[in-house]
Amino acid sequence: MEDKHQWPLYEVFIRSRGGLDHKHAGSLHAADAPMALEHARDLYTRRQEGVSIWVVRSTDITASDPADADSLFEPARDKVYRHPTFYDIPDEVKTL
Amino acid sequence: MYTQGLDVQSPEPPAPLDEGLLEKRFLKRVDAEEKIEPKDWMPERYRNTLIRQISQHAHSEIVGMLPEGNWITRAPTLLRKSILIAKVQDEGGHGAYLYSAAETLGVSRDHLVEQLLSGTAKYSSIFNYPTPTWADIGAIGWLVDGAAIMNQIPLCRCSYGPYARAMVRICREESFHQRQGYDLMLQLSRGHPSQKRMAQEALDRWWWPALMMFGPPDTESTHSGDSQRWKIKRFSNDELRQKFVDFTVPQARFLGLTLPDPLLRWNEAAGRHDFGPIDWGEFNRVLKGNGPCNAERLAARRTAHADGAWVREAAMAYADKQRARNAKIAA
Repeated sequence: MEDKHQWPLYEVFIRSRGGLDHKHAGSLHAADAPMALEHARDLYTRRQEGVSIWVVRSTDITASDPADADSLFEPARDKVYRHPTFYDIPDEVKTL
Repeated sequence: MYTQGLDVQSPEPPAPLDEGLLEKRFLKRVDAEEKIEPKDWMPERYRNTLIRQISQHAHSEIVGMLPEGNWITRAPTLLRKSILIAKVQDEGGHGAYLYSAAETLGVSRDHLVEQLLSGTAKYSSIFNYPTPTWADIGAIGWLVDGAAIMNQIPLCRCSYGPYARAMVRICREESFHQRQGYDLMLQLSRGHPSQKRMAQEALDRWWWPALMMFGPPDTESTHSGDSQRWKIKRFSNDELRQKFVDFTVPQARFLGLTLPDPLLRWNEAAGRHDFGPIDWGEFNRVLKGNGPCNAERLAARRTAHADGAWVREAAMAYADKQRARNAKIAA
């Protein structure tokens, strides 16, 4: 009963309203990209959840490994001077 | 849903850590209400429990399309027909979200479908009951979807990220299912006496099976301990069942219908309703495959899958041809 080969997996990204970013909505199987778009329309925008859809083959996404999270993101942890709240500005100084 | 399909750039696997240490870390994260994601380390038992639960849930959505789909061509008005089509389409969508969530755990869609069609996987026993009248469609929306929502809302906070996110989407859509069912029952119970009788008879058919949807009593539930420890399950079967009874009693009263349980009464001291014993013999019979429609449901799924095979193959062949042609043009 197994199909000759399974339809590949696509990740779906949806822009919910004009002016917003496309956001990951989920994934689905489709034979090719045009079909993935049609399926995404039926599967993720049945209630006007989007004005634009991106689909991309899951295998075409390169993801960071959670095991590397420390070495990747730790260097940003001690750089508090990158945030505006690090600086104490006297109250007298306005619009800064 | 950050699937297994993503290409992770790590040529060498990290040095193996002690399983016990990894499990301790995992439990600490679960206790801290952190979400576990597909590529994170997780105990094999956690992975297998999730695959079993999510795929059963997906199968239930897909098989759940059958008892209602049965009434699409016979809905009494065009509006009711549109509503029913939308609802059945949602169930198909919910099945698809859930299969995707299960696939993030490293199991293929084909394998899951194969388990359903061969009868090795379970699905909710409620869908093995027939829908002989139009009122059954109302009773299913009100009671079956109502019970499902009660079960599903806590799953939105489940420790496994992809499952929790799928459940958020599902719960958002499921509320319409319950309300259209209650609306249908309301219309029938305010109609001709024969329509009200039809609503009462449907309620009589679905009440007990709906209570069984919460699963065996806590004293006999085999999977509960680990699931609660891992924050997959937040409340026990009996807790959710009680909540459902307490919610439903006033809704039935408003309809002017009677719940088919002579022992049902308000317990002032306990602050909840007492209700009669559930026929677990019937539950087990249906679960083991001997319900009124088990064979019919599986046969319908097998036929649909077999009849659609040529479409899936043709679409893939077409996609392959296009890819080859485009590669040639590019070269």
